[in-house]
Order: sequence, then C-alpha cells, then structure tokens
Amino acid sequence: MQSNSSMRTPLGRVRGLGSAKSGTGHFWLQRVTAVANVVLTVIFVFIVVALVGKPYPAAIALLSHPLVAILMLLFILSACIHMRLGMQVIIEDYVHEEGMKILAVMANTFFAIAVGAASVYAVLKLSFGG
Amino acid sequence: MSVAHRVTGTGLYLGTVLIAAWLVAAASGPAAFDTAQWIAGSILGRLVLFLYSFSLMHHMVGGLRHFVWDMGKGYEPQTRMAMAKFTLVISVALTILIWVVVLATR
Repeated sequence: MQSNSSMRTPLGRVRGLGSAKSGTGHFWLQRVTAVANVVLTVIFVFIVVALVGKPYPAAIALLSHPLVAILMLLFILSACIHMRLGMQVIIEDYVHEEGMKILAVMANTFFAIAVGAASVYAVLKLSFGG
Repeated sequence: MSVAHRVTGTGLYLGTVLIAAWLVAAASGPAAFDTAQWIAGSILGRLVLFLYSFSLMHHMVGGLRHFVWDMGKGYEPQTRMAMAKFTLVISVALTILIWVVVLATR
C-alpha cells in the first residue's frame, strides 16, 4: 500500500478510472455515436444513391446544398469518432505488447483524424463554392 | 457474428479512405471527379462498393443487436440465434434494395 501524501483519498483518486483510465466514457461515446450513425448512415446511403450517374455540375449542386452538406459533416464526425473507438477496442484485444499497443492506438487516432479532416475539408470547400 | 461485426467494422474503417478520396476528388474539380467516378464504376470499383454497402448494412443491423443487449435483454440462446439470422437476412435484403435502386436509376 502506497503512503498517501495527497489530500485526496485513495478511493477518490481511482474512482471512475477503469483499466483504460477513462471509465465508461469510451463505452458511452461508442453507443451515442452508434445511435447517431444508424440515422446518419441511412441518410448517407440516400445521398450516395442520389449521386449515381449524375454529371459533375449536378453532383456538386447536390453535395453543396446546405442540408446535404451539414448531414454529410455530421456523418463524417460521428463515423470517425465511432470507428476510432471501435478500432481501439480491436487493438487492445489483439495487440498485447505495451509499446506496440500505444503506437497502434496513436496511429489509429491519427488515421481517424486525417480521414475526418480530409472529408470535412472537401465538403466545406464544395459548400463554400469550390 | 461478433467477429463479423469486427470484420465489417474494419472494412468500413479502411473504406473511409476511399470516401475521403472521393470527396476530395469532387472538391478538386471535374477532371479529378470524373476519374474517381470512372474508378468507382469499374468492375473492381463496383465490387468494392458492393462489399462496402453490404458491410455498412451488416454492421448497422448488427449494431442494433448490441442496443438490445445494452438494455439487458436478448441473452437467451434462441433469441441470440434469432437476432443473428435477422441481422443476416435484413442486411442482405437492404443491400439488394440499395443496388436495385442504383441499377434502376443510373
């Protein structure tokens, strides 16, 4: 038992911290984005299907419509958060060596943010007039 | 089915690179967009899109099972089997529906 020089009690210091050091935050955000994704995925599929066979000007007109663009942005945001959390669970389940695990989880975060940033950039560029 | 959820999830994860590339192509101008559309319309492109659409539907419907489990229900063996079958049947049906609409409207 470590001596406690802090004002905080041992229980107070660990309360809410699971082995992942973030309690149920990960689990909950995974569920919240999952619920959002059900709605946004259906909308995304409708948008993509509507774009099939459209020539460039018509496709751009649809993608840059404010409602379509906002829904696309929400889909990108929710999907990227969800997939980052999901892949992190997979990494933590299969990569056991600590150094590799930390690198993989970090690379996972970089990947999700890079994909999200590129997609958001593209949608905003289209929306604000190419 | 749990493994299927991870496999489809990983497929969708990697596929976001293609969605991002397609959006960036659209934002880059007609030439880049036409190239992206040509790739998407090729045989390999359509195969990838088909697998992506099925993975998306399977992961979405499979995720609904997790909502049921999160509410503390559906742990009985028969219910689990029924939900697994439901996931497969509905995700196949939704994928076929998407592609029927795509092929009918193009």
